[in-house]
Amino acid sequence: MSVIVFAENWSGKFKKSTFEAVSYGAETAKMLGASVTAVVIGNVSDEDLKSLGKYGATKVLSVKNDKLNELVPQAYAGIIAQAAQKEGAKAVIISYTYSGKALAGRVAVKLKAGLVAGATALPKSVSPFTVRKKCFSGKGLTDVAVHSDIKTIAITPNSYQVNAGSGEASVESFSPSLTDADFGTITKEVKKTSGKVVLTEAEIVVSAGRGLKGSENWGMVEELAEQLGAATACSKPVADVGWRPHHEHVGQTGITIGPNLYIAIGISGAIQHLAGVSSSKVIVVINSDKEAPFFKAADYGIVGDAFEVVPRLIEAVKKFKASHN
Amino acid sequence: MKFLVCISNVPDTTSRITFTDNKAFNASGVQFIINPYDEIALTRALELKEALGGTVTVINVGGATTEPNIRKALAIGADDAIRVNAEPTDAYFVATQIAEAAKKNSYDVILTGRESIDYNGAQVAPMLAELLGLPCVTVATKLDIAGSEATVEREIDGGKEVLSVKTPFVLSAQKGMAEPRIPNMRGIMSARTKPLQVMEPAGDARLTESVYYEQPPAKQAVKLIDPNNVEELVNLLHNEAKII
Ligand SMILES: Cc1cc2nc3c(=O)[nH]c(=O)nc-3n(C[C@H](O)[C@H](O)[C@H](O)COP(=O)(O)OP(=O)(O)OC[C@H]3O[C@@H](n4cnc5c(N)ncnc54)[C@H](O)[C@@H]3O)c2cc1C
Ligand SMILES: Nc1ncnc2c1ncn2[C@@H]1O[C@H](COP(=O)(O)O)[C@@H](O)[C@H]1O
Repeated sequence: MSVIVFAENWSGKFKKSTFEAVSYGAETAKMLGASVTAVVIGNVSDEDLKSLGKYGATKVLSVKNDKLNELVPQAYAGIIAQAAQKEGAKAVIISYTYSGKALAGRVAVKLKAGLVAGATALPKSVSPFTVRKKCFSGKGLTDVAVHSDIKTIAITPNSYQVNAGSGEASVESFSPSLTDADFGTITKEVKKTSGKVVLTEAEIVVSAGRGLKGSENWGMVEELAEQLGAATACSKPVADVGWRPHHEHVGQTGITIGPNLYIAIGISGAIQHLAGVSSSKVIVVINSDKEAPFFKAADYGIVGDAFEVVPRLIEAVKKFKASHN
Repeated sequence: MKFLVCISNVPDTTSRITFTDNKAFNASGVQFIINPYDEIALTRALELKEALGGTVTVINVGGATTEPNIRKALAIGADDAIRVNAEPTDAYFVATQIAEAAKKNSYDVILTGRESIDYNGAQVAPMLAELLGLPCVTVATKLDIAGSEATVEREIDGGKEVLSVKTPFVLSAQKGMAEPRIPNMRGIMSARTKPLQVMEPAGDARLTESVYYEQPPAKQAVKLIDPNNVEELVNLLHNEAKII
């Protein structure tokens, strides 16, 4: 009996969300009395494949095929489902990334395996099999019972820790059967967003809103982000007027993020904004209005003028880094 | 070109969310709207219909209470509507019902929203595509169609991807694809007489069920820091929150 984990890679490299998914799979496998088989599609080095053993994978099924270097949802889902059948899987774990969102539903249908999309914790119990997730854009939590024999769990990145131990996984090459019909989408071009840290993967995000008055004032936001190794984000009106690019806009109509630290500068904290950031582990709010609604959602707050507070904060972070290196 | 747009009926974004005995969502006093991403999908379908000719059908899986929002979709410009008369409690069930209805008509493009803002699954589109054996592009920000070939842009981690796909296909729409339209008076008048077909569900295969709900734990009160002593914030983030 096994638990299948889709171990996603980006141009041959794993990321933290991959290790989270494998760690999550290992813990779920323990609950089910099963072992973990990771499925890797793409050109990942043998050494990296074996290293998934550190996070609890016993075996890795490696699929190498030059037609599969970019995500092809039908083919990828077919591979994951075939691996699940071959391994007698009781559960399939997929990280709820952009790729995961394209795949989880397909895998669930192929295996008739009920899906918890966007799980935030380990299964509460395995009999009945229930898993917690958020609902109503973070304004509610629900426990979802999965009634099918096989379960699919799409685990939200940054909601489960990486458990690194020792060990090496055995690597097996896997040749699934694929047909032309599995290649319905053809990738023409991949456009990388400039910017140093990718917003959806950032552990720290520095975000600013209309309180900053104009695009010319974003220098200090970028500098604070750089000092913290953070990504930058913004509120919707800021993107709408073109002070910042739209791909930085977080909130209900923008990107949803859940970093370890979210620093909101000159953002009022409208409910639609909070919907995109309320999963952040720690929220810091800097706002000149002590009545700003964002303070109710914040862990730490500074009531003050951003144009004074942020430069001071940059200096304080620099000092901290100097004394901790 | 025949478009099918899946619309879900969700609480307005500013609604207070409460639950009855941790067992069910408490809908009393809550205003329901068309899921915002579905409005984007609908608008893009209408724009493409205007450019290419064809029809736009909307479909909803839900009880009779969703009809005002189905009429709203008709007022925005859809030609006709289908309501599958069943409670949408499980994404697989919803996708199965839409797939059954879609099989009766050969649609060229089936659009959904990126995700519903109530259950936030983002899974109806890929499930539907799998059930129909079609390709699917998720979280798409652009859609153009020439002949039977579509060019689509979708969000990926750290950027965008441009894809081509042939009709028929399924797509889930993200903000950016179109600016939602507001119904005008003529649309509202004509919506009353546009066809709205009610279908009974095919089977009752539900694979999941929400068995318990709660509100997220209340945040502890914010810790305020003196704006003249921001070093304190850095200390707290290091020593207390342990994140830097
Ligand atoms: C359907 C719908 C969807 C939406 N989706 C989103 C979304 O996805 N994301 C989103 O962000 N918004 C969204 N909105 C808009 C949202 O309701 C708010 O209007 C928006 O978030 C406000 O942006 P803001 O906080 O930057 O601006 P404001 O609300 O104008 O707030 C500016 C803040 O800056 C503070 N300030 C001013 N000067 C200073 C200073 N010198 N120093 C420090 N602070 C200062 C002010 O006190 C104020 O709190 C949506 C709205 C609707 C209706
Ligand atoms: N009950 C429903 N009826 C019709 N379409 C739906 C329904 N629920 C979800 N959808 C569609 O599927 C998309 C994704 O929903 P979800 O998978 O619930 O996040 C929505 O944006 C809708 O387009």
